[in-house]
Amino acid sequence: MKVECAKTMAAEEVKLLKTWSSLFGLRVVWALKLKGIQYDAIDEDLSNKSALLLQHNPVYKKIPVLVHNGKPISESLVILEYIDETWKQNPILPEDPLEKARERFWAKFNDEKLLPSIWGAFTKEGKEREEAIAAAVENLKLVEEELKGKKFFGGEKIGLADVAFGWLAYLICVFDEVTGFKIVNERYPLLLAWMQEFSQLPIAKDNCPPHDKLVIKFQALYEKHHPAK
Amino acid sequence: MSEEVVLLDFWPSPFGMRVRIALAEKGIQYEYQEEDLRNKSDLLLKMNPIHKKIPVLIHRGKPVCESLIQVQYIDEVWHDKSPLIPSDPYQRANARFWADFVDKKIYEIGTKIWTTKGEEQAAAKKEFIESLKLLEGELGDKPYFGGDNLGYVDVALLPFYSWFYAYEKCGNFTIEEECPKLIAWAKRCLQKESVAKSLPDQEKVYGFVLQLKKAFGIE
Repeated sequence: MKVECAKTMAAEEVKLLKTWSSLFGLRVVWALKLKGIQYDAIDEDLSNKSALLLQHNPVYKKIPVLVHNGKPISESLVILEYIDETWKQNPILPEDPLEKARERFWAKFNDEKLLPSIWGAFTKEGKEREEAIAAAVENLKLVEEELKGKKFFGGEKIGLADVAFGWLAYLICVFDEVTGFKIVNERYPLLLAWMQEFSQLPIAKDNCPPHDKLVIKFQALYEKHHPAK
Repeated sequence: MSEEVVLLDFWPSPFGMRVRIALAEKGIQYEYQEEDLRNKSDLLLKMNPIHKKIPVLIHRGKPVCESLIQVQYIDEVWHDKSPLIPSDPYQRANARFWADFVDKKIYEIGTKIWTTKGEEQAAAKKEFIESLKLLEGELGDKPYFGGDNLGYVDVALLPFYSWFYAYEKCGNFTIEEECPKLIAWAKRCLQKESVAKSLPDQEKVYGFVLQLKKAFGIE
């Protein structure tokens, strides 16, 4: 009996290397919580990376890293698909290949277009900042279009794209507070409604980093990028 | 049923080449439409309104955009022949990781090699070789990244081989000296018809790069 129990417990060992504030790590938390998977969270100090992190992600040395039964997986979108294929309950990707392609397209759009443009608007100065804001406005318009007639990017339930965009629901207000500039404003009513819906989901409500702590962190980052003259 | 699949493409695009290889591996008949990127077709603008870029795969009138997403789509729809992505979730994750690595590293750094000079170019060459060496590590002793057969990572990386000559001429270095295993792998892949007919001649690509350099005033 004891051996059987030990076997069952060892059969599913899930560790997540992340940080308390990383939005990429948080995506993985949401997916694990959505599927009810038990895991050990290890918060890294990126100024002093653990031997475990360096061993498990030698290529990028970055978080998040999911370690499943000793085997590491890196890159948040790769991790999300791995989780979805390994634990079948509450799927975040549909069966239909065309719908899957659409979810992947929008998740990629967030990571390669929307997020970098908003980050640029936050960190850059002068002309570069103007260009970043213009790009962000264009990108937000496209995202708003995609939400027409839908509750979530995934339709009635959240999917991969929602998880990828999810950072907007809790982090954009932090940027607003720090910069005094509201980038996701009334021009995007569908997106604002989606942010509300997403933030009310149990996975988001119970698992976002504390707002005040985020404000302190991003205030410091903002000052670093915009030194007082 | 050849009209069922249409590929909007541009002959030197490594991203387009990925889709050509995948379609050829699966033996799919399709209509190839060459785009003039200075004068994009209405069809391209309609099918990829967000990025307005090639390649665009149109299947039964519906578009799929982004090359790796297209390759996965092709693999999922035509799943009975020549599977490109492994069935085991961990192996799939590994394949996705390395295909993503190619996307993040090879294209951008390669572009720096032919568009920059001096220190910037030297740094790009160094990073390029380092990235290729990491890929060699992943290949190991296998004939292909996919094991015994062409897989997802092979398809993701192969197109850049057609640009190696251009990188070498512009950067004044030899890739084979540093990464012989990778060159051997590429030549092995080129023995397959699906690959040989999907990749343009390296000299032709170099000619195209020279044209671009002239057009953009890059020395």
